[in-house]
Amino acid sequence: MKKKFLYSTFIDNDSVFAFVKAILAVFFAFFVVYFILLATGYKPLPVFAALFKGAFGSRRGFGETLLSTTPLLLGGLGFAVAYRCGLFNIGLEGQITMGGIAAAFFGFIIPEINPVIHVSICIIAGIVAGGIWGFIPGYLKAKFGVHEVISVIMLNHIAFKIAAYLVSMQGPMKDKLDDMPASPFISGSAKIIRIMDRTRLHWGIFLAVGVAVLIWLLLFRMRLGYKIRAVGRNPFAAEASGISIKKHIVLTLAISGALGGLAGAVEILGVHYRLFAAFSPGYGFDAIAVALLGMVNPLGIIASAFLFGILRSGSVFMQAMYGVNKDMVSVITAIIVLFMGMSVPIGIMLKNRIKRNSNGTVD
Amino acid sequence: MELLIKLFSITVFASTLRIATPVILASLGGCMSERSGVINIGLEGMMLMGAFSAVVGSWFFGAWTGLLLGVLTGGLMGLLHAFMSVTLKANQIISATAINIMAVGLPNILIPVIWENHYGISPTVPVIADINLPLISSIPIIGDIIGHQNPIVYIALLLVPLISFLLFKTKLGLRIRAVGEHPLAADTLGINVYRMRYIAVTISGLLAGLGGAFLSIAYQSQFSSAMTAGRGFIGLAAMIFGRWSPKGALLACLLFGFADAFQASAQSAGVPIPPEIMLSFPYVLTLVALVGLFGKTALSPAANGKPYYKG
Repeated sequence: MKKKFLYSTFIDNDSVFAFVKAILAVFFAFFVVYFILLATGYKPLPVFAALFKGAFGSRRGFGETLLSTTPLLLGGLGFAVAYRCGLFNIGLEGQITMGGIAAAFFGFIIPEINPVIHVSICIIAGIVAGGIWGFIPGYLKAKFGVHEVISVIMLNHIAFKIAAYLVSMQGPMKDKLDDMPASPFISGSAKIIRIMDRTRLHWGIFLAVGVAVLIWLLLFRMRLGYKIRAVGRNPFAAEASGISIKKHIVLTLAISGALGGLAGAVEILGVHYRLFAAFSPGYGFDAIAVALLGMVNPLGIIASAFLFGILRSGSVFMQAMYGVNKDMVSVITAIIVLFMGMSVPIGIMLKNRIKRNSNGTVD
Repeated sequence: MELLIKLFSITVFASTLRIATPVILASLGGCMSERSGVINIGLEGMMLMGAFSAVVGSWFFGAWTGLLLGVLTGGLMGLLHAFMSVTLKANQIISATAINIMAVGLPNILIPVIWENHYGISPTVPVIADINLPLISSIPIIGDIIGHQNPIVYIALLLVPLISFLLFKTKLGLRIRAVGEHPLAADTLGINVYRMRYIAVTISGLLAGLGGAFLSIAYQSQFSSAMTAGRGFIGLAAMIFGRWSPKGALLACLLFGFADAFQASAQSAGVPIPPEIMLSFPYVLTLVALVGLFGKTALSPAANGKPYYKG
């Protein structure tokens, strides 16, 4: 009985199918990159070995792997929540930026206080800032019918420019004592404590995993999550059963943005300790692949965020060892996205074929 | 008053045209693709790949070959998007997002392979030189604005009525619009839905590639990572603002071009607004323009974004 409970709660045929698809996507991505490496004159297998050696081969490397996993996981959750509602939040990079700005501001403006209170204030500030940056496209979509894909891209660029301005020579958040275009360092009490000697790993990773569980509960065990998914699956049916589409679009994008803001805040408070422009190296864009590979399920996203964490931290070592540009990872990312995008309809085609065989017709 | 004269000088209008050109080409690409029922947010990535190929071509074979290579690469990316969204019926936004991600990464990998010790930015390459229009350039004000421009600027301006003609006055255009509005009806009349969409999305890629090539080997003389900076998306916004018609999109593109040219000239004229804030002006304007559409009938093609399953 217990086995049956497990099967029906966490696993069903669709998710088994999705899991196989995800594994295939990763293999296919490495397969394509194998040939790209060959074509550009590298030896693929040692390069791949270096990728994994960089991610696991040393204490520091492993710490960096989990360190990159943290924002990727939070960002992936952000994308997933919106996706479940039928929305494409490709603006997580901007929401991460806004969250980082807010966290850095409260990090250095408040002097040393109780660390728990200080970190909480900064994290909440990050969540609110990211949430606002998600609320705006939600509101514009609900009220004016502006497609979120375009509005979030514009908001991304606006956020990058705001961050760049704040720490520029005349910027209000610029550290006047430093030539670097960066804010002052945050107070010691705002720093998230590190948990592994000789690495930069901090407890944000546990926070992220905890948030993943919360988002799973939200999506699959709470009324709000049900409504979000109902709007995503069939907006007309949702509307007919009394669920407001507009309200849930705004709310979902705000939650999605808040998760991005949280990721940005954790990056500033746990890794960089100060704000500078472009502090996020594209985590918000990787988040799309993380969420899709994780089958848009928070628990799956934990695993896929870890995989992308490996790719992120391993690629630094790979570049140092063999000179392969670490952007090779973004090609892997793109192929995974492409594969996850196309294999859904392949599933539909297979199902149609089966139907055709049994009934002789296709509906 | 002196400041105002500086801000609205003729050079601002001339550079408006130059800045608007890649956006115009992207929005024309958007019109082609979306009129056939395929959403194309991959214009950004197609432009970027076009820009990169153009620089590579220009480096090895000269500027005009580079231009050709850039256009063809854009077309190839369009073909990929068509394959994903028409044949495989993938989610069109996901497919295009993959193209956008790849277009940021792939050039960064290839740059150090092609040019040793270059990272994220290519060396300068031969560019397509500006030309003088014989008669027009001697007309006082108009000549100063449009008389001395890059050939691609003229090509883009000519393509606006051409694409408009293609879409609304030819048999092919009628068919493309038919599959974008009601693919099933078009199919029953014997129109090959898949072929029409392939044609439209590939042309869309060719146009985006041309826009990218303009950026890298005419507007600038090198490739740098992610140099399109959202122009593909702004082009898409312009297309929506122009209600999926090339002529309407042109007006929106000129508006955005003017916003960008204006902020550049305001900066050099010493307007006391931080440059970073000024640089965000075109993006803010895009948002405001889209909001301004509220309440008007801005209907997209009925089957836009929906894959068609042949029975």
